[in-house]
Amino acid sequence: MTATQDPYAGSRETTEGRVYTVTGGDWDQTFGQDLTGEERLVVNMGPQHPSTHGVLRLILDLEGETVTKARVTIGYLHTGIEKNTEYRNWTQGTTFVTRMDYLAPLYNEAGYCMAVEKLLGIEIPQRAATIRVLVMEINRIASHLVGLATGGMELGALTAMTNGFRERELCLDLLEEITGLRMNHAYIRPGGLAQDLPPGAVEHIREWLEIMPKRLAEYHRMLTGQPIWQRRLKDVGYLDVTGCVALGVTGPVLRAAGLPWDLRKVDPYLGYETYDFEVPTADTSDAWGRYLVRMAEMSESLKIVAQALDRLEPGPVMVEDKKIAWPAQLSLGADGMGNSLEHVQHIMAGSMESLIHHFKLVTEGFRVPAGQVYVPLESPRGELGYHVVSDGSTRPWRVHVRDPSFVNLQATAAMSEGGMIADVIAAIASIDPVMGGVDR
Amino acid sequence: MTGPGDREREDAAQGAAAPSGGFRKGAFGVSGSGDTSGFGGLVRVEPGGAVALHSTERPYGGYFDEVTDALVEAVGEETYAAAVPRVLVDRGEITYFVVREHLPVLLQALRDDEALRFELLSSLSGVDYLESGGPEVTPGRPRLHVAYHLTSMTYRRRIRLEVAVTAEDPHVPSATGVYPTADWQERETFDMFGIVFDGHPALTRILMPDDWDGFPQRKDYPLGGVPVEYHDATIPPPDTRRAYR
Repeated sequence: MTATQDPYAGSRETTEGRVYTVTGGDWDQTFGQDLTGEERLVVNMGPQHPSTHGVLRLILDLEGETVTKARVTIGYLHTGIEKNTEYRNWTQGTTFVTRMDYLAPLYNEAGYCMAVEKLLGIEIPQRAATIRVLVMEINRIASHLVGLATGGMELGALTAMTNGFRERELCLDLLEEITGLRMNHAYIRPGGLAQDLPPGAVEHIREWLEIMPKRLAEYHRMLTGQPIWQRRLKDVGYLDVTGCVALGVTGPVLRAAGLPWDLRKVDPYLGYETYDFEVPTADTSDAWGRYLVRMAEMSESLKIVAQALDRLEPGPVMVEDKKIAWPAQLSLGADGMGNSLEHVQHIMAGSMESLIHHFKLVTEGFRVPAGQVYVPLESPRGELGYHVVSDGSTRPWRVHVRDPSFVNLQATAAMSEGGMIADVIAAIASIDPVMGGVDR
Repeated sequence: MTGPGDREREDAAQGAAAPSGGFRKGAFGVSGSGDTSGFGGLVRVEPGGAVALHSTERPYGGYFDEVTDALVEAVGEETYAAAVPRVLVDRGEITYFVVREHLPVLLQALRDDEALRFELLSSLSGVDYLESGGPEVTPGRPRLHVAYHLTSMTYRRRIRLEVAVTAEDPHVPSATGVYPTADWQERETFDMFGIVFDGHPALTRILMPDDWDGFPQRKDYPLGGVPVEYHDATIPPPDTRRAYR
């Protein structure tokens, strides 16, 4: 063995060729080194990682298992939705914004449509407002269930995941029955709704209202009292009210820090001031408090859905103004949602003026007076704001979405630095970001 | 940067009567009687055009007067007059148009003054108004606007500040010192509009790749970018396809 040879993989020449003898390190030598010095390890997590709640990339500086620095990289799901809306007419905008925060599509549609209606200066019919509240609160429960399910999965509670998606499917079945689609509904349109509730929907929602409280109680039995679940969440991802407001964090995270800031109460829209519900809060400022707030909010949403059902009065679901309202109420046919058969017969065989009107309104769209508005509403993740600018034409000049996931995600570093790497997962899961909304 | 969108606009400018200031006539961008629907007679006003160039007179109504009085008291009458050349109340929302040099002072006062208490910067974003600058505005006009939506959680009020800069000198003081939440929102506005926020701790692209060329949400940046070639046929970017204007 010569000095130039690798001490751990010596070799010698044989008639069969060179043969290596691989050996391990010498423990005496290994222990002789000083291992107490600073050791900085940079770990890249994501964007394709099952525990990062979507295509989120984290760059973590570690010392042992302690996170000393957390940096967040986003943009992997950027689809240019805001830019795209500028090239479509006002009604088509609904189909774009609904794809942003894909777990809360009806909130996107409602926020966008409320902004357009504010620019137009129109009031929607009472029945349309009530149904908007109804479907949005069903959507809130579905969204919180996914937050719980994926958050549970990321912490290893797989039953939370399977159960959460099971109950969420009940919510989505209702939304599918009402709107025609499980997600990305394009159901809420400027001026009202695409269509009225189908026959039987009210009964099915009432059946669902019977089932859900029992299922929510199951979650409390399965998770709330469970020691492992508690220890994974308590004192994890701490962020107090000052930190939340400075970083712009709203929604369940802010309410879990003790501030009862819910836009449905403090800045009501769609008649939320007439509904009887509580704003759940916690005072722990940690992931545990956020879990409890979301659980309580689901119960409150059930109360709102029940009240909305009770006050449903027959009436139109779209504004009367024929210059704005879609020419035909859409209906569900065997091949999906489309213009009703009577309407097609009317415009194709009955009235040429109706055909012209239909053609102009569908292809060109309606005009919205110039100006700008900002409309906020309380989505499952916090303040969802629509800043919409019109130049008076048939297409938006600019649509900016203040997405709560995007703003809330900034708190990742504040929540996870100084903690354990495993708690980073719990902290992000407690923010419940949806990357479709973050990147838009 | 030039793109197919420019050609479309040039064609429109040459084909139709040149837009007179902030006005545009006709539903389809045609002059004369190309349209018989009844929509063609409408005269509408462009954003940043005649309507948006005027200033709303006091009283503004609602809590807007209280906020304005408190703001004047907090920063001093002289600074306010220099900082806010005009105020617009429209659709129940108030917009303070702010000269960029005075923005940090105003934001600090709006957040900290006891009578104002705008603790939350709800939203910060850009708007590119491009050619719709209005009749009095010359080339090199401030086409890039930054809109700040402030929320007072104490008084439950909302206001908007707006700063306008030119594309040649797109510098705005950063709000991150007063509102840490502006961090990512300013990065997004830089990413999409190329507005440079001086004093931002790390102003880099956030949604687009780091080496991206151009600012996608500017109005002269085409949607869809380059034409796509497929089986020897080219598909133009969506914004150059036939559409109503």
